[in-house]
Amino acid sequence: MPEVVLSANNLVKHYPIKKGVLRRTVGHVKAVDGVSFDLHKGETLGIVGESGCGKSTLGRLLMRLEEPTAGTVQFEGQDWSGASARETRRLRRNIQIVFQDPYTSLNPRMTVGDIIGEPLEIHPDVVPKGGRRQRVQELLDLVGLNPEHINRYPHQFSGGQRQRIGIARGIALNPKVLICDEPVSALDVSVQAQVVNLMEKLQDELGLAYVFIAHDLSVVRHISDRVGVMYLGRMAELGEEDEVYSRPTHPYTQALLSAVPVPDPTLRGKREQIVLVGDVPSPANPPSGCRFHTRCWKAQDVCSQEEPQLEMRQDGAGGHLSACHFAEPRLVVETVDVSDLVPDERFVSSSTDDLDDVGSGLGHDDSLAPDDRSTVERSSVSDPQAPADTSRVVQDTDDQQR
Amino acid sequence: MTEAAVSEAPTSTPEGGDSAPARSLASDAWRTMRSNPLFWVSSVLIVIFTLMAIFPSLFTSTNPTEAILRDARVRPNADAWFGRDIQGYDIYARCIYGARASILVGLLTTVFTTLVGGIVGVFAGYVGGWTDTILSRLGDVFFAIPLLLGAVIVLVTLPATDNYFYIVLKVVLALVVLGWPSMARLMRSSVIQVKPNDYVQAARALGASPWRVVRSHIVPNALAPMIVVATINLGAYISAEATLSYLGIGLQPPTVSWGVDISAAVVGMRTTPHMLFFPSLFLSLTVLAFIMLGDVVRDALDPKNR
Amino acid sequence: MSTATDTTTSGHTYTPKDGVLLEVDDLFVEFHTRDGVATAINGVSFELRQGESLAILGESGSGKSVTAQAIMGILDMPPAVIPQGHIRYCGEDLLTMPEEQRRKTRGPEISMIFQDALSSLNPVFPVGWQIAEMFRVHRGMNKSDALEQAVRLMERVQIPAARDRVKAYPHQFSGGMRQRIMIAMAIALDPAVLIADEPTTALDVTVQAQIMALLEELQEERQMGLILITHDLGVVADVADRIAVMYSGRLVEKAEVLDLYASPGHPYTRGLLESIPRLDQKGQTLAAIGGLPPNLMNIPPGCPFNPRCRMAQDICRTDRPALREVAPGRLSACHFAEEVIDA
Repeated sequence: MPEVVLSANNLVKHYPIKKGVLRRTVGHVKAVDGVSFDLHKGETLGIVGESGCGKSTLGRLLMRLEEPTAGTVQFEGQDWSGASARETRRLRRNIQIVFQDPYTSLNPRMTVGDIIGEPLEIHPDVVPKGGRRQRVQELLDLVGLNPEHINRYPHQFSGGQRQRIGIARGIALNPKVLICDEPVSALDVSVQAQVVNLMEKLQDELGLAYVFIAHDLSVVRHISDRVGVMYLGRMAELGEEDEVYSRPTHPYTQALLSAVPVPDPTLRGKREQIVLVGDVPSPANPPSGCRFHTRCWKAQDVCSQEEPQLEMRQDGAGGHLSACHFAEPRLVVETVDVSDLVPDERFVSSSTDDLDDVGSGLGHDDSLAPDDRSTVERSSVSDPQAPADTSRVVQDTDDQQR
Repeated sequence: MTEAAVSEAPTSTPEGGDSAPARSLASDAWRTMRSNPLFWVSSVLIVIFTLMAIFPSLFTSTNPTEAILRDARVRPNADAWFGRDIQGYDIYARCIYGARASILVGLLTTVFTTLVGGIVGVFAGYVGGWTDTILSRLGDVFFAIPLLLGAVIVLVTLPATDNYFYIVLKVVLALVVLGWPSMARLMRSSVIQVKPNDYVQAARALGASPWRVVRSHIVPNALAPMIVVATINLGAYISAEATLSYLGIGLQPPTVSWGVDISAAVVGMRTTPHMLFFPSLFLSLTVLAFIMLGDVVRDALDPKNR
Repeated sequence: MSTATDTTTSGHTYTPKDGVLLEVDDLFVEFHTRDGVATAINGVSFELRQGESLAILGESGSGKSVTAQAIMGILDMPPAVIPQGHIRYCGEDLLTMPEEQRRKTRGPEISMIFQDALSSLNPVFPVGWQIAEMFRVHRGMNKSDALEQAVRLMERVQIPAARDRVKAYPHQFSGGMRQRIMIAMAIALDPAVLIADEPTTALDVTVQAQIMALLEELQEERQMGLILITHDLGVVADVADRIAVMYSGRLVEKAEVLDLYASPGHPYTRGLLESIPRLDQKGQTLAAIGGLPPNLMNIPPGCPFNPRCRMAQDICRTDRPALREVAPGRLSACHFAEEVIDA
């Protein structure tokens, strides 16, 4: 197993709830409540969970945008929380973050060059001053954008392109760990795949380790090597991708997996759906014992009294970490191995380059057009008065403007 | 129409090349403003009044403090276009020369309230916590003082003088002392809006210093409402100066100012309305020009229009 | 179910002909903005029958939500303009109907659920009061009867302890519960057509499953026509009978749900199906269509999908393909639909 680059040890983050004129603390929202894991070099750890489970707070703790209430984050064995200002700066170079919303994660008043160049300015020793513009262009190229667009502003790009810019900023300092907080949730389906593929390509080329935080279980399955399932600030289950998806042992994971709709109408009514009762309890007042016991169909007295530990439990073919007193594997999703299948290149492309410009009229589209296509296009453009074409065009625009 | 469509349609097919040049939000705003006739009307007015303030001799060769007492209160005529006032001063010349005091007070007050209010607002909004509480309450204290009462206190406390700029500065100081809290509140609230944006978080994650975060991420994005309000306030400060002068606690004769003249003219409002009309007209036009410009700027900076 | 009978007392003013509830016919919607005219809907036609679930599938900017808003008559006009087309409800054209009469169809005949339940509910009134208001305005019930009906409806949409929570305010409910309240309001007057615009997009998966199950159940029970507007191919596969795929303001494909997933008839649909990661597959190679939908102010001539289509030929850049029947019960707007189906 490769070396551990990042490890979280019993991370806790409680936010005080303040009330009244004197701002007295009347309680705590237990956003993250004792989470531990290791992240290995070059791997992707997916973190899934529903809203309010603390997965985004976890990301911010790892990034040290928030100070943990208790627990530590270690990078390559070095405790981040005790680090000096100088050490903290060095650590920041190694851990970076990509945000969810491509519309608020880029400063609208800065050009793309300035946005991607900012990390190089903050850490001037990474690239000498004269080479920064070139480095920014390399980065643009690396994330599949046109390096000539360096002087454009964020609002001139589409959502997918902006997300690429965010990724370029994240990898500018050659980090070892990239924390991705819902990086594709805000994107349209047809764009998601490009960005996911790009992230996989960058991982291979740069040896990055990802903490991939998302609520979409399908995307997480696709990109992750290991997956952690969070519920109410705690890790319910943690294991290899296949262990968690094919042999889930925690009832919450099972319910979660069974609720995800699968795009296949032939399975309608055939998939077993575990319907959970009630809502997620408030993290300000989590249930005693196992936090899931209020909604669990397996719950016994012990579940409300004794908190189950996240430990190795049998899953039918070995074991993986699960925090349930009554952990037992259950087949929820029939998994098909499609490693041999290749996508039909007549309809889709598995390229990671930015294809956003195509069709939107934003800019270059010559990057990936098949050869015959671009020549055909060129001919039709160079000969706009071709009579047969013209009549059609007139008809068409007439229709549109009625 | 069809012909235009024909010639346009084929070129609309996407082709290579960098069709859209880099456009910043500021240049977008400028493009929007340029196409607004109100922008040009207000700008021309402001340029004229500013020229008046700097080079009054461009507009008139008459000395505004040259009293021709035998012609006092004469109505507009070929010799004195706007007539003469109670002292026999040429009203046209006084209107021209009066621009300087008004514009100076407006401009300086705007600059200082924006600076003081902006800095306090950024500090309160970005640091938060106790700093915010103390600064906000301090602002509230000043905010609660009525303008006239506050100005009277400030102006009466300061020693009297004959120096033109010193008198102007006294009025500016009075207006700044009472005007900064509204700017600080505005800046504070827009900083608080900008602060949680992911690009600010991203800069923090990169290890940017607080100074850098404020300078290159917070301030540029929080500035727009300040610019708009400052422009509109400029007009309001000019009229506040006139009010103070009218009440006899702002600028004093022999200083030439629209407020001073309006004050002097009120006595003969019925018999010699021209004495009141012309300074008031100049004052209203200036105030209107700045308020109009403020409106145009707000429309141009409003991202919802884009 | 007693609730259902109680709320149907007034009956419907309109009766469907041959089971067709709603008929959208060659509808155009344009937005006139400062920068020009954006054609959001570009000749869309479809019909909805009693008890049928029709999914309108599309990505952002495809015009799916605008279609819903046009049917409901809640488009802001201006900037929106409907230059052409008909929306017939039981044979009556809603677009030429006097506004007063049309308003009376909203609620008892056609009603709608929105994506964001929190902003669709009024924060300053208790939820029970808001549901009861529907009965008081449309049915002229007195306050206590209306409130009693509201409680029954809240029970029907499975809100626990409904009687105790009828006086609670929207912010006191969770996202899923708020969406249930929205559904209760939408079905309060027993509409014949229910439009659900991304009803579960803002919700967590476990809640999403509950809400979709509830919608299906209610539709069955009341024989409503359901228009489900969504971008989620998974949800569609679970719920819809028929699917209409929209792209850049046009319908590009219409088919029975099983046919469409088994062999899509338009390269866009095909591309979409290929580009989604699936929960039940491992080792999947992800691929993307690439590109973006066209700017609605500048839709390319020919097929609007042609710049992104990897099968595009000359004809696709000049001739706009009509929506035609390519197999029994299947419509596609692609010159090469037969090849795509066979692929």
